[in-house]
Amino acid sequence: MDELRVAVSRDADIVTARQLGRELAAQVGFAGSDLTLIATAISEVARNIISYADNGEILLGLAHKDGLQGVSVIAQDDGPGIPDIDRAMQDGFSTGRSLGLGLPGARRLMDEFEIESELGKGTTVTMRKWCR
Amino acid sequence: MPVPILKQGEILIASVQAAMTDRDLLQLKDELADKIGRFRSRGVIIDVTALDVMDSFATRTLRGIAATARLRGAQAVVVGVQPDVAIAIVQLGLTLQGVATALDLEEGLELLRRSTMKVDHCDG
Repeated sequence: MDELRVAVSRDADIVTARQLGRELAAQVGFAGSDLTLIATAISEVARNIISYADNGEILLGLAHKDGLQGVSVIAQDDGPGIPDIDRAMQDGFSTGRSLGLGLPGARRLMDEFEIESELGKGTTVTMRKWCR
Repeated sequence: MPVPILKQGEILIASVQAAMTDRDLLQLKDELADKIGRFRSRGVIIDVTALDVMDSFATRTLRGIAATARLRGAQAVVVGVQPDVAIAIVQLGLTLQGVATALDLEEGLELLRRSTMKVDHCDG
């Protein structure tokens, strides 16, 4: 199991994505609370897809850097896009049915977090966490 | 998968499963609000021992369940938050502020028993 793709269009897919992400992270060598942090971050970005874009996908894979092993999580959708990414990354900012803690929360749980969004085209969130 | 709700005297006990979806959680809120009235319950225990992830939605919904129970005249206690889950909630920047918590089911029952007795005493 190296690369996994999870289609996200309903709330049960959030559970599937975070469970598979946890399994992959365990294979890489993550343990303890790191597994829960990764699963929780996946849950947040998967829910973001459903809240704002209706459907998209989560790609789970391995990552390597400077002799470190890790996991990468890519959440992509072809939804409306985020007009103001800086604001979306502020705690408490939300245009949807949420507290607005999803994306900034996910960033705090992972080591690396990048977000690209184009209006009318969609949003891609890329997150990585390194196994130390 | 709907959350099973057990009735034990004046207390309702809901045991949340690992693979709980958003819809299951919202359904639990509705069912508890209804059952508190039907069974005239004084306390509600939400056991999250099996839950491996509590993200922002789950945390917010649990707060909502506790507030709803309170408005229906029952005290809610969340029990069994796992250590890793507690760490993740804090790192997410969330809290379960305003929600009573206890280590496990036994402690939760004890907490409710004490606060229910206190109410009885005041009434009497």
